[in-house]
Amino acid sequence: MKEIFVRLDRCVGCHSCELACAVEHSRSKNIFEAIFETPRPRRRLYVEYVMARKMPFLCRHCEDAPCVRACRTGALAQDPLTRIVTHNPDKCIGCWMCTMVCPYGVIGREWERRIALKCDRCPDREIPACVEACPTKALVFMEEEEFARLTRLEAAEEVAKGYRIAG
Amino acid sequence: MKALEEYSWCPAVQEMLRQAEKLDIETAWCRYEAQLPQCGFGELGTCCRNCMQGPCRIDPFGEGPQKGVCGATADTIVARNLARAIAGGAAAHSGHAKHLAHTLLLWAEGKAPDYTVKDEAKLKAIASRLGIPVEGKDIPEIAKEVAEKALEDFSEKETPVAWLVTNVTKGRVEKALQYGVVPTGIDSTISEVMHQTSYGVDADPLNILLGGVKCALVDFAGCHMATDLSDVLFGTPKPLVTVANMGALKPEAVNIALHGHNPVLSDIIVQVAKEMEEEAKAAGASGINLVGICCTGNEVLMRHGIPPVTHSVSQEMVILTGALDAMVVDYQCVMPSLATVAECFHTKLITTIPIAKITGATHIEFREEAARETARQIIRAGIEAFKKRDPAKVRIPNYTHKAFAGFSTEAIIWALSQVNKEDPLKPLIDNIVAGNILGVCLFAGCNNVKVPQDSGFLTIAKELARNNVLLLATGCGAGAFARHGLLTPEATEEYAGDGLKAVLTAVGKAAGLEGPLPLVLHMGSCVDNSRAADVAVAVANKLGVDIDKLPVVASAPEATAEKAIAIGTWAVTAGLPTHVGVVPPVLGSPFVAKVLTQDVKDIFGGYFIVETDPKKAAEKLLDAIRERRKGLGI
Repeated sequence: MKEIFVRLDRCVGCHSCELACAVEHSRSKNIFEAIFETPRPRRRLYVEYVMARKMPFLCRHCEDAPCVRACRTGALAQDPLTRIVTHNPDKCIGCWMCTMVCPYGVIGREWERRIALKCDRCPDREIPACVEACPTKALVFMEEEEFARLTRLEAAEEVAKGYRIAG
Repeated sequence: MKALEEYSWCPAVQEMLRQAEKLDIETAWCRYEAQLPQCGFGELGTCCRNCMQGPCRIDPFGEGPQKGVCGATADTIVARNLARAIAGGAAAHSGHAKHLAHTLLLWAEGKAPDYTVKDEAKLKAIASRLGIPVEGKDIPEIAKEVAEKALEDFSEKETPVAWLVTNVTKGRVEKALQYGVVPTGIDSTISEVMHQTSYGVDADPLNILLGGVKCALVDFAGCHMATDLSDVLFGTPKPLVTVANMGALKPEAVNIALHGHNPVLSDIIVQVAKEMEEEAKAAGASGINLVGICCTGNEVLMRHGIPPVTHSVSQEMVILTGALDAMVVDYQCVMPSLATVAECFHTKLITTIPIAKITGATHIEFREEAARETARQIIRAGIEAFKKRDPAKVRIPNYTHKAFAGFSTEAIIWALSQVNKEDPLKPLIDNIVAGNILGVCLFAGCNNVKVPQDSGFLTIAKELARNNVLLLATGCGAGAFARHGLLTPEATEEYAGDGLKAVLTAVGKAAGLEGPLPLVLHMGSCVDNSRAADVAVAVANKLGVDIDKLPVVASAPEATAEKAIAIGTWAVTAGLPTHVGVVPPVLGSPFVAKVLTQDVKDIFGGYFIVETDPKKAAEKLLDAIRERRKGLGI
């Protein structure tokens, strides 16, 4: 299954992913209209700034998702095949158990309805909006193996450069 | 690849897009797609880069920061960015004008002998308008004083900018005085807005917008000065007929495209080309075929009937024909990518202006003192390139349309005078009052990669024409109409409502044409929006009402450049409901957006109509015209 991976060294902190996320979760799906909607469309991922690094954080759709286990109402559920964790607003009572157990703090809140808010991996899209919006390809949407290979090739390139200089 | 009509409605451009795909050549449309989705902060105007504590961005969804480091709100940031865009546009238009003023002065001092004063009557009329006595003075003397007066207009002085206040109604000057937006210098006003919007100066969004208005008024002055001085040096346009679109390129000739904005070099090239036919023939060509792109193209179209081949967003396509030997550029709207596309062909891209160079292009610096010599050198480079042309790569899209152009204010007044010698404006006014002409719409501005090329212009124009709106056009908008055959009497027959058709036919016949005037009157380049303003001022003065009461509207359905923002702002300040078909970067501040689309109506009478759907835009423009008619009781 494809996942959203973050290449942490590439984030420039432009927040384009956050805006694209909010727009994708608006009624109009158009920024010029979305900014006037109620409830205000909200982002489900967060670009944090820690130790001088820009770090996009978003739901990992964990294999053994603590938020799903903690949810008492069944609002949070995990697809057995895709492992995508979805949130049903009608079942959510806003108890914030999910927020407490999420190791990454990526479950937000919709103030108007007092319910939880999280990444749904953009069910209407082939490529999630945040990934498409990322101008530096810090966010990528691919299989785990593919991502590992990408990282491996980048590392290999560095090694190869050093090898050539040494040689 | 999307359907071709989603990129451009121009068949020649569509054919070249297929060619670009086949040859794997990147175009503006490819680069636009690579940019998508574009940054939302930029789209909304809420990104501030005016100091090094930033960049600061305001979260439009309210969760993130609502103020920049300095405390600037979205309202302040959006207003500042808009005012700076207007300053950019004003700097470009007035820079163009200043270039011409220097040229006129050089000629008057005998230092630029390759120029001449082609329209002495217009020079004298301008001098009189500026209060310069002309009695007993020779032409160089008058030219010197007019040029000096023009250059004076750039610096701060005790008096208002002459090219503004002598060219608008008394009512508009009073309005400007009332709101403290009368500029006293062109450059000084641009500089003042840069000061006003720099770190820690003006934070009041309304006051910043008024600074933008003041700057837009110097943009108007720059446009008007550019038109005036171009007419003086190169002649006031008269109606003429030519062909438009890329089919005007000739496979056997040396094809040289003139691109950019200023006639100061291109007009000389047109003059010199005639003398260099033999050189081209010696190189194996049938002759020299000059064509135009963008507003340099419009300048040489209006005065010499040089065929316009394409406009704005499709400028790269002309090189893709494989038949273009040289593209000569001056400044503004010239894409740097031209150099990259030219690398794939034999085409020589020639830059000419010290402040407008492109990596990969050949720079042949233009000097007014040696204008003809520079022009010869440039044409020679085109002839040399012709020898290297690869006939296998030539693919000229076989599309042309007949196009009438050359409708300067003077030409329109002349045509109307053929109906009524004593009172030329009377037939126009009478027909507006009688309802044969519902109103007037000026189409201006660019093409924009975000809008299928020409779709906005064509859709709105046809709808307005059907409703008897008299159509004027400048810039790349006029170019769109040229390439699609709307600058013809045939288009009048096909698209005009009965009232409009009758009027255009009566004037056309009186003016000696076989049939009606063209559906859209091509008034020139983008600085020549001043010509349309002159017509509106003349009608307003004649009726004794101000411009903000007239059933006159403006539309830039595919606006791109900062210059378009400046023109749009002065059109609104002049009192016109002004449509923009691309969302300008202001929605991040609901306050600024409301001022521009609503509140400004109570101040200057004009206002912006932002509508991306051309059908709805046409309806809104018609509503605005009807509202004005109601106001006048007609």
